Amino acid sequence: MTANPAADIAGAIRRGEKTASGVLEEHLARVQAREPEIHAFNLVLEENARDTAAQIDAAVARGVDPGPLAGVPIALKDNLCTRGVPTTCSSRMLAGWRPPYDATVVARVTAAGAVAIGKTNLDEFAMGSSTENSAFGPTRNPLDPSRVPGGSSGGSAAAVAAGFAPLALGSDTGGSIRQPAALCGVVGTKPTYGVVSRYGLVAFASSLDQIGPFARSVGDAALLFDVIAGHDPADSTSLAGAPPVASAALEHGVDGLRVGLVTELVGAEGLSGEVVAGTRAAAEALASAGAKVEEVSVPATVYGLSAYYLIAPAEASSNLSRYDGVRYGHRATGAADITDMYIASRSEGFGPEVKRRIMLGTYALSAGYYDAYYGQAQKVRTLIIRDFEVAYQSFDVLLSPTAPGTAFPLGAKTADPLLMYLNDVCTIPSNLAGHPAMSVPWGAGADGLPLGVQVLAPALGETVMFQVAATLERLAPAAGRKVES
Amino acid sequence: MSRSEWEMVIGLEVHTELRTATKLFCGCANHFGDEPNTNVCPVCLGLPGSLPVLNRTAVEYAIRIGTALHCTVQPSLFHRKNYFYPDMPKDYQISQYDVPINADGWLALPDGRRVGIERAHIEEDTGKSTHVGESGRIHGADHSLVDYNRAGVPLVEIVGRPDLRSGDDARIYVDELRAILVATGASDGKMEEGSLRVDANVSVRPRGAADLGTRCEIKNMNSLRSLGRAIEYEATRQITLLEEGGTVSQETRHWDEGTGRTSTMRSKEDAYDYRYFPEPDLVPIVPSEEWIRAVADALPPMPGDRRSAVAAAAKLAPDADPVVTVVRLDLDSLLHAAVAAGADGGLAVKRLANEVASSLERAAVLDPVAFATVVQMESRSALTPAQARTVLKDLLEGGGDPAAIAKAHGFEAMASDALADAVDQVIAENPGEWERFAGGEDKVQGFLIGKIKAATGGNADLKEASALLRGRRS
Repeated sequence: MTANPAADIAGAIRRGEKTASGVLEEHLARVQAREPEIHAFNLVLEENARDTAAQIDAAVARGVDPGPLAGVPIALKDNLCTRGVPTTCSSRMLAGWRPPYDATVVARVTAAGAVAIGKTNLDEFAMGSSTENSAFGPTRNPLDPSRVPGGSSGGSAAAVAAGFAPLALGSDTGGSIRQPAALCGVVGTKPTYGVVSRYGLVAFASSLDQIGPFARSVGDAALLFDVIAGHDPADSTSLAGAPPVASAALEHGVDGLRVGLVTELVGAEGLSGEVVAGTRAAAEALASAGAKVEEVSVPATVYGLSAYYLIAPAEASSNLSRYDGVRYGHRATGAADITDMYIASRSEGFGPEVKRRIMLGTYALSAGYYDAYYGQAQKVRTLIIRDFEVAYQSFDVLLSPTAPGTAFPLGAKTADPLLMYLNDVCTIPSNLAGHPAMSVPWGAGADGLPLGVQVLAPALGETVMFQVAATLERLAPAAGRKVES
Repeated sequence: MSRSEWEMVIGLEVHTELRTATKLFCGCANHFGDEPNTNVCPVCLGLPGSLPVLNRTAVEYAIRIGTALHCTVQPSLFHRKNYFYPDMPKDYQISQYDVPINADGWLALPDGRRVGIERAHIEEDTGKSTHVGESGRIHGADHSLVDYNRAGVPLVEIVGRPDLRSGDDARIYVDELRAILVATGASDGKMEEGSLRVDANVSVRPRGAADLGTRCEIKNMNSLRSLGRAIEYEATRQITLLEEGGTVSQETRHWDEGTGRTSTMRSKEDAYDYRYFPEPDLVPIVPSEEWIRAVADALPPMPGDRRSAVAAAAKLAPDADPVVTVVRLDLDSLLHAAVAAGADGGLAVKRLANEVASSLERAAVLDPVAFATVVQMESRSALTPAQARTVLKDLLEGGGDPAAIAKAHGFEAMASDALADAVDQVIAENPGEWERFAGGEDKVQGFLIGKIKAATGGNADLKEASALLRGRRS
């Protein structure tokens, strides 16, 4: 196990020391061995991946540089559109649908030489925190298959943790990259809103969704971030100008940086003692590495979860209207008229959590309720942004736990949606603010499963965020279980 | 109460397609009449993962329309209007809601009355459904076909204030609005192709009442004529209902051109809750002051301004028929060129609104200087009105030099002394009739004029001839 497996693979392939095909077969062998147990993938792209790897090897043989991700296998969350390849969002609604185009991120990683190895499982339409809401069955945590990998990007986190691919892409609307990264002991990053194009990401909540990298190291996450970041004219919310460079300051340490430990997030409802202790230990480690560490209050973050569960379902209720059985996806048979067809198709095609959120969101936007719910939630969002702004006048980055605890057993929280929603209490504020945040492994709980710590930064603060994350990675206590690769 | 004791109150919502080359949020062609579902892509089909990117030209066209309607052009937002319909690919329409690009303007009718414009906002069009089956509507159809070529075509919806008072008012308003839209270059204003669509909000109240009555929204009028008919029918329906002691229910009604009636389409209880919220996939439109000014500066004169200019040149009222006709048919540039070349404005407008208007397809090749020459020849009686019409007709058909055409017809310029000679000759040859005329018997004038006409081969200006005759009897 090297420090930066993706960077090492790309380097070796670019230098001709390894072949992309050889690297791919090593990974496919691991997939073959453990995928039946883990179910990280909805679809393994063996054939396509072999073709791509062969093309990369041919390019290297011709003296052409395939790019910074040369021959690196990458797992793609199954809500990222892949041309001609089924993209299901783990929903019966989209089973069998083949997009006629690639998501911008897919085009970018492919152009950088990566080899797409498969489409990973997720909570249906990215709604969930355990990947148990998949229509195609849950993904299991590679570190303990009786546990969930987190979610909604559980398949991507598990694929990286299991060594199926050194890199993966996920999407994060309220914590869907960071929480599974923490639960699987890998690095997960949610970039600044607008830094990575959303074109081709099947929308859950458009104002919150952001695509980001999973990797086994901070350096590899930075490598992938730097490939996918940057303006895209096909996404109107994509930021103009050069994106921040994640890999610019990985070796700089934290001497003199100001780090704030967020009082409200360390004290959030439902956090386990070892999570709080781990986060405080991480803060102390940064202090001993030269950072100026203090606690800081970001008061409005306590309303984050409530605001999120109005805004995200509201946008989702609209985004998911198009799944009506008329043009693509699941259509119920035998309906008497168009209204029956809509109702039957959507009743059959969507799972319970998706229906719950569509109903929540529809209600929140209804005439007479808009101001009390959606309008009020948008005000909270403004307050959170303002409170973060105040904090960032005194701090370069903020620190908090990522998830409330280690990976929990399958079924432990499925009966209580509110308990499940609390998984994202520390991650949601960054989505509401549009700020970047990432989870870095930090030791293990009493059960031997990994814990994560979250680094938060202001908008476009990726460089310093990765700088602090890289330092935490170097200072982190030994992890508990690890999957050998 | 008699009909005249009731007042109709009408406000119109007009949708116009913009004639951009591409759609509002994608690069697909915006073109009417193509093979179904050929101008489509992931964005206008609303495929999962696709995102809209705003067409700058559509915004410019919206600013043109807002400026022409004297609106405030302001920073604005897109909202999503959510409802399910098969011809709407995303099951929401990207529209503007409480912050439209154009607000608070007015349109002047030809007679000078102003109609308030509440807003003129940008939105995307839906696809086009064809329901196969007896009902012709989606419920009860055997099957339905959807063409998404129109989905995502840019529209501007112009919401007028309830300032109109009759079906005629409504027709005149739409006619004027259409002319303005065409003048801006933003729209082709073709009601029959559906690029201009009108919905009418109609209510009635006792004349003099301050409060508005309950309104009904009428849809499906496909021509100006049906707009006027539908409004008159609907107002009569409401008046009858109220006079019989009933009440009007707020609802959406469907105009049936065949039966000439409106019928309930959707009651208020069945009205959609559109669940508007700000469109998160788009950023606010914030046109710069410079851009707004540049768009305004580049606008051509609007029909109302043009009518005023024609009216001034012709010394007529701006809503006089020949003035309206000349502007409607784009003949005013010929008029102004003719006036500049020395022609009389009143006579030029008359010839344009009649002879030129009736062979409009040839007007484009009419040389303004030649036209001015004909008008001038008629003004100074070098040609009679009948001769002028003939020369003009030849000019329209084949061009050429007006003097040469007149000569070829034998319309010899009849100098005043030549005419005077002819008059004297007729007097000398018809002493009896002359005596009676000179004695005050006016009815003999016709006989003498007939002789003059014959003597001059029809080239005499008969007005001038009678003036000469009268001059000689005193």
